[in-house]
Amino acid sequence: MVVLACSAAAAAPGEPALRSFAIVGDAIPDSLTGAPGDAARGRAIVFNRQVGLCLLCHSGPFPDEKFQGNLAPDLSGAGARSSIGQLRLRLVDASRLNPATIMPSYYRTEGLTRVAPAFVGKPILTAAQIEDVVAFLATLQE
Amino acid sequence: MTAAFLRVAILPLVAGFASLALAADIPTAERRSGSEFMGPETRAMQDDDTTNPGMLWVLDGEAAWRRREGAADKSCADCHGYAQTSMNGVAARYPAFDAAKGRPVDLEERINMCRSEQQKATPLPFESQALLALTAYVGRQSRGQAIAVADDARTYPFIAAGREIFERRQGQLDLSCASCHDDNWGKKLAGAPVPQAHPTGYPTYRLEWQTLGSLQRRLRNCMIGMRAEPYAYGTAENVDLELYLMWRARGLAIETPAVRP
Repeated sequence: MVVLACSAAAAAPGEPALRSFAIVGDAIPDSLTGAPGDAARGRAIVFNRQVGLCLLCHSGPFPDEKFQGNLAPDLSGAGARSSIGQLRLRLVDASRLNPATIMPSYYRTEGLTRVAPAFVGKPILTAAQIEDVVAFLATLQE
Repeated sequence: MTAAFLRVAILPLVAGFASLALAADIPTAERRSGSEFMGPETRAMQDDDTTNPGMLWVLDGEAAWRRREGAADKSCADCHGYAQTSMNGVAARYPAFDAAKGRPVDLEERINMCRSEQQKATPLPFESQALLALTAYVGRQSRGQAIAVADDARTYPFIAAGREIFERRQGQLDLSCASCHDDNWGKKLAGAPVPQAHPTGYPTYRLEWQTLGSLQRRLRNCMIGMRAEPYAYGTAENVDLELYLMWRARGLAIETPAVRP
């Protein structure tokens, strides 16, 4: 079993660093915030095309939601296919599982190129937002 | 093994411009203009000159072609005559290498070089009505012609540089142009098909813009979507990307002024 402890390096002055987390195998078993997320808030993040961005590429069991994408796997059954910890790593940094993936790393600020000034040093989602999305995805059992 | 990985593995082995085409590229027989990915209504709007809004810029450009400008008091027509003959096929070959600059220039830059050097007039700003109109008028004279930018020892380094940018992951979302337009074309992004990124119809009337716009404007749009810092208008990076995209679209027909969603 491989355990990797990670934490953000060199956050800009005055900006909070990313929280540290431990990768165990193909998962991050522990909550980034130390608390479980809120599935209702997570649902709103997943559906928001400026915040979660998820439905630009993914489809899901959301018949009322128009203009979903199919560049990425359908989210139906995501919570049955993957454990909470596996979902968390897929959101935090899917490139650790597949370096060629087009899935953005939602909680990584290092190793990026030519990031627009408004987003430099910021992850796509905060630790609390990651936990909310994980909690919502875990509800997608079929 | 993914296409992206193959490219990374093969690129260092490319020895000369004879090998510019790579195994992971979209095969010639599968290359399709963006107009083939859009709905029949948008296609019909483009194909009928009386409904294609880009034709309004073409008409403006026709008037500008004959208008004397600058300290030299010369018009485009004074040197180039009838655009229908002198500009026939020109846009299909741009960006083109300029010996004095030692690098390729796009159609907008070429027009502004004529203004500065021949008309002794001030260059037209990027995305100005006047520059878009002249570019659309010149581009219109190549409609239906096959894209054929020069692919030789002089342009090769710039085509290769454009490819390098096209395949480089950028921005907070860590995507490359190739992530979508080489590896996932035809799939749906937010419900709309991802095209192959062939610049067949610039300047293009984009319904989302509700105006005509340049290829550089379109490239900047995608960069902003990737949450990357877009290249400034007129930079070498933008022109290299334009040249690579036109080389990549070789053989496809010019549709200027195109209409796109």
